[in-house]
Amino acid sequence: MSKAQQQYDVIVVGSGAAGGMCAYLLAVAGVRVLLLEAGRNYDPVTETPMFNLPKDAPLRGAGTPEKAFGFYDATVDGGWQVPGEPYTSAEGTNFRWWRPRMLGGRTNHWGRISLRMGPYDYKPRSRDGLGFDWPMTYEDMAPYYDRTERLIGVYGSNEGLENTPSSSPGVLQPPPAARAHELFEQRACAELGIPVIPSHIAILSEVQDHETLPGLLHPNNPLAQRVLGESMRSRAACFWATPCGRGCSIKANFQSTTVLIPPALATGNVDLVTDAMVREVTVDARGRATGVHYIDKNTRLDEHVGARVVVLAASALSSARILLNSKSNLFPDGLANGSGLVGKYIMDTVGAGVQGQIPALENMPPHNTDGASAMHMYVPWWLYKEQAAGRLDFARGYHIELGGGRRMPGGGTFNRLERFTQGSYGRAFKEDCRRYYGSFVGFSGRGEMIPNEDCYCELDPDTVDQWGIPVLRFHWKWSDHELNQARHMERTFADIIESMGGRVLSTIHADGADAIAPPGEIIHEVGGVCMGDDPSSSVLNSFCQSWEVDNLFVTDGGSFLSNADKNPTLSIMAVAWRATDHLVDELQRGSIG
Amino acid sequence: MKRGEQRTSEGREANERTLPMLLPMNRRMALKVMAVAAATPGLASCGTGGEDGTGGSPSLGNAVPAGTPWDPDLLSPVIPWERILTQDELDTLASLCDVIIPADERSPSASQLGTHHYIDEWVSAPYERMGRDRVLIREGLVWLDGETGRRFGEGTRFRDLSPERKDDICSDIAHTPDAAPEFESGARFFARVRDLTAGAFWTTEEGMEDLQYIGNVPLERWDPPPPEVLEFLGLA
Repeated sequence: MSKAQQQYDVIVVGSGAAGGMCAYLLAVAGVRVLLLEAGRNYDPVTETPMFNLPKDAPLRGAGTPEKAFGFYDATVDGGWQVPGEPYTSAEGTNFRWWRPRMLGGRTNHWGRISLRMGPYDYKPRSRDGLGFDWPMTYEDMAPYYDRTERLIGVYGSNEGLENTPSSSPGVLQPPPAARAHELFEQRACAELGIPVIPSHIAILSEVQDHETLPGLLHPNNPLAQRVLGESMRSRAACFWATPCGRGCSIKANFQSTTVLIPPALATGNVDLVTDAMVREVTVDARGRATGVHYIDKNTRLDEHVGARVVVLAASALSSARILLNSKSNLFPDGLANGSGLVGKYIMDTVGAGVQGQIPALENMPPHNTDGASAMHMYVPWWLYKEQAAGRLDFARGYHIELGGGRRMPGGGTFNRLERFTQGSYGRAFKEDCRRYYGSFVGFSGRGEMIPNEDCYCELDPDTVDQWGIPVLRFHWKWSDHELNQARHMERTFADIIESMGGRVLSTIHADGADAIAPPGEIIHEVGGVCMGDDPSSSVLNSFCQSWEVDNLFVTDGGSFLSNADKNPTLSIMAVAWRATDHLVDELQRGSIG
Repeated sequence: MKRGEQRTSEGREANERTLPMLLPMNRRMALKVMAVAAATPGLASCGTGGEDGTGGSPSLGNAVPAGTPWDPDLLSPVIPWERILTQDELDTLASLCDVIIPADERSPSASQLGTHHYIDEWVSAPYERMGRDRVLIREGLVWLDGETGRRFGEGTRFRDLSPERKDDICSDIAHTPDAAPEFESGARFFARVRDLTAGAFWTTEEGMEDLQYIGNVPLERWDPPPPEVLEFLGLA
């Protein structure tokens, strides 16, 4: 790790999807960058347990409080809790907040699902009168989606379905062939009028064209073309094995730590400091950002570094927290918070899931179903017309993630098989395990939440973390749109399982409040630092630039005004790219900092 | 289910032809692929900057796990807690594991693959969920020998019973919903041991080979499901 100098062009706080993208784009533009990360240095190439078996891990890899998604999950020093860094919930709220403390943040373990938001998703209020319109259109964003997909590598297909955008020709990599259970689910769904199409996933199904793509992405920029070409050449295509949630040592999937940070560092324009917990953004007497204070976690000393521009990309809620903690005489309610909207209108994704057991899948001829680890096929939202006609009791859509197959057995694969076997043991139990293995399917709904004023975070006046920094307190209330949507998910999944001739294994709840996952649990939290057209009703402009402090940007999911059913990471990167283009332009014109 | 039974035998024949050597081959192939990947010139090793110590280092190579429960070394896992079951408990548990998963023509018995040691690891872990299992399973082992004594004479140990007599007890506790009131806690104990035994057994190399899990192997390309699978599912 490099030691921070005293002064930079730009400080980027956070090294995940947004921070990695900003640091990379600034660096290849010749800007001197300090990249600060609150967690430790992390290298997927040397640290990923690629083929390691459950039996080699404690508890067969089962989740524990310290490793909630299992021993081999890539997350370092975090999860639902980070030691010494609490958060709190108001009475009646059970918000869950997944935070790692590692270079690359959550991009190391994420699901890689990379769905574009569509035209409706940028203008939802114009369409149904609810929530907020974004200040830009899908057409404004489409080029940035193309660029992001080309840069990181996304497989998928263009199906031309409503509000499910196609990428430009040649942008997507070919999707892998569907697995057996996915084809079986596709047939059952077809009978119900539900489309099953190739998913869009940030995994290389083939090596990237390292000779052509750098020039397409960075015309007339030899430095960018060199470092990106080298980076792309170092990435292997997926070899159709090992779980992506562990990370990928051959760099076949997208992680900021394998795709964005290495080429950013290779420019020589980036200093990276890890274990740097940013407390606040500092300002001068004119109210312009001058740099940040951070706690060096190794020395526990407070450090200050200066820059012409500060970019917060610490994740939506962490960036809101930094702003709220950046109080001064000029900004008594926190920096860039003249609108009072910092921390407000936070969103997660609506989640519900149902499992089924399918007799037709029992004793399937053994074959390899590992594939890309992520799903090959998915269900995009398909009831736009019914919704527009008022035939549904919720306003926005969801997509369905499909699970199943003869995946590597884990410690819990045969838990509660008693439900099917009449309590067999001995040779009969052994035969039952062989029979039922691979006959289970799962359906997860991921739906749009409409922002509301009852969902927000604020500083907890009574609690600080181990670095002395006030922590966030969460407030949450779903609307009927989310609850009814979760109920609809469960019923739909039960219908699909029954049309496959299967048994529904989960409870189908009459009340959506019992079906919906707790807020935060889907780990798609966005909002809280909203963008807009009007400084009185938004924190940022459409380029993620603070209205009040023009050399301050927030480029993570904090700027989001809606949270479509499309998993946010791809859009975070596209929005960050657009913002960074604007920032580079302003730096080059000398109109900022 | 007549059709299902036919499918079973067809499926197994197909696998007995393809299965041998798969797992060892896979590991060798995996190592080979990993070696190739590691040797590929990547940015992590290209050394284009940072030598002067002023930053811009392209290397992420000084990343090291702290070795704590929050940041364990994933490549060389250790189990940081002591195991608590006594040898006597382990002996009885091994015997029960083998009632649940005996050896057959395809794979060894549960205790031959050490499932009782895994259950020891599990119930000894310093977590709430495992703590509940610790109580359930240690109590259950006491109950099991107590029940053995009641049926077959004071002081008789479960592990010394004939297969028929073990069955006499286990058949009363094997199915939780059917357990008589006096066997309800015994049935909960048996169900948990069965789950843990299965979890331990099928995650060994021998278990995965028996189960005919044939992934975790690098492939040059991804193919659609084989024709016999599509035919089996009526999708051909």
